[in-house]
Amino acid sequence: MADVYELQNVYKTYKNDGKEFTALKDVSLNVREGEIFGIIGMSGAGKSTLVRTLNRLEEVTSGTVSFYGKDLAALKARELREVRHSISMIFQGFNLINQRTVIQNVEQSLKIIGMPRAARKEKARQMLEIVGLSGKANEYPARLSGGQKQRVAIARALAADPKVLLCDEATSALDPKITGEILDLLKEINEERELTIIIITHEMSVVEKICDRVAIIDDGSLAEIGDVKDVFSNPQSKAAKKLVFPSNPFDPSDENGELIRIVFDGTQSNVPFIANLVEQTGLKVNILSANTRSVGGIGYGQMIVELPKPEKDRKTVIDFFRAGGLAVSEVD
Amino acid sequence: MSDYIRDAIITGIGETFVMTFFASLFSYLIGMPLGVILYSTSRGRLLENRPVNFVIGAIVNIARSLPFLILLVLLIPFTRFIVGSSIGTTAAIVPLTIGAIPIVARMVESSLNEVQPGIIEAAKSMGATPLYTILHFIIPEAMPSLLQGGAINVATVLGYSAMAGVIGGGGLGAIALQYGYYRYQKDVLWTTVTLLIIMVMLIQEIGIFMSKKHRKA
Repeated sequence: MADVYELQNVYKTYKNDGKEFTALKDVSLNVREGEIFGIIGMSGAGKSTLVRTLNRLEEVTSGTVSFYGKDLAALKARELREVRHSISMIFQGFNLINQRTVIQNVEQSLKIIGMPRAARKEKARQMLEIVGLSGKANEYPARLSGGQKQRVAIARALAADPKVLLCDEATSALDPKITGEILDLLKEINEERELTIIIITHEMSVVEKICDRVAIIDDGSLAEIGDVKDVFSNPQSKAAKKLVFPSNPFDPSDENGELIRIVFDGTQSNVPFIANLVEQTGLKVNILSANTRSVGGIGYGQMIVELPKPEKDRKTVIDFFRAGGLAVSEVD
Repeated sequence: MSDYIRDAIITGIGETFVMTFFASLFSYLIGMPLGVILYSTSRGRLLENRPVNFVIGAIVNIARSLPFLILLVLLIPFTRFIVGSSIGTTAAIVPLTIGAIPIVARMVESSLNEVQPGIIEAAKSMGATPLYTILHFIIPEAMPSLLQGGAINVATVLGYSAMAGVIGGGGLGAIALQYGYYRYQKDVLWTTVTLLIIMVMLIQEIGIFMSKKHRKA
């Protein structure tokens, strides 16, 4: 499949009062057509800057951002505006015009591309129907809930038939239930329109719910990139581990106790490992924390257990888990 | 109070309205674009341009710091050049307009500054030109605030129009000055002052009402 975006060695440096701050360091990645691509990182990691280089709201300091093979930095102002018609964006703060009705807001993106009034109204109505807000066309944004505002923003963003939708923390201001609904809507649009979606978030739950691939940004650099299921089951970088595995909330019961983390994916999640361990080896482990999550319909889980005291028993337990195909790692 | 003065006051109300209306209108015709330029050329804005912003900003600041009474006198030759006379209601519109322009410009600039930067970012991301963004995103979003500022400006012009009496402008101000102040007719003075206060309050209330009606959030 074709690449929508190709980023090569992108750097972004801000100069402020003589001080330099590097927001992006040598970021190279590709976004494929039709996928939902997640970019995740802690606050201040540079992900918002990164997404703004994708429609040149931010200029890169060096490196190239290509959109369907075109270097964005090389475009003149008029060409850039033309390209931006195919790159839509939604925001954490929705950014609707509060003094205009819902339908007038949706019409804006069509007005900009010069669509005549009647066609514009019709298209805006269709878009509102897609996002499930037909009844709110003549309301003002102030009378809508956060989730509804974001739906209006999505309708506005999609009205001009873009090729890509950039979502900058689009669900971060919404509660979990509404977040779920908005993500379902995005997934639906992605499938029906084969629209490429790029999602910036700091929430792992957003990525695991709808993303195909994910890039992890840490301190301005690309820490890890890959299929969501690979990154989830076997994170390589420290930043990825930190995001995927919640930190262990408990200390071992004994100060010399040793903790390990076992990770299982869908293929083993229906096997009762702990019970089998006790039955077959007679050794017990103390479970300190455990969770499972569904990534693209497959269950992934991880567990932090405290090993028995004797050294050889510890080895037996680890070997038992490894033999069962579980990934075993130390806990920091 | 004699019939003569009563008639003069009624004419004065009309003249004050005419001066205020036209001076406000003309000052917005020039001051509004100036305010938009001041806003959009300032640092970090759509059409950032330091030299333009500096020059216009400096002119506006100088014009604004001149006391209106001094401006009235300074502008006499200019007024004569434009309207052919420096005395009367029509003539007073010129200095009133010039005096109000910098105030309008700063007021408009400050209203536009209130618009959330996110809305501008959204417009940019949709590929809107800077002019389109100003006309269809920024100004509509700032409209309630612009209307409120408008009411303050009109009330200021009305207050200034009373001063125009000093250099032979008409209106209530001139009557207050001539009959009330120079001739010690306290009843005329208080009547005109009361009328002026009522007019300012009326303008303010209308402005607030329009702004509220317009404000959707």
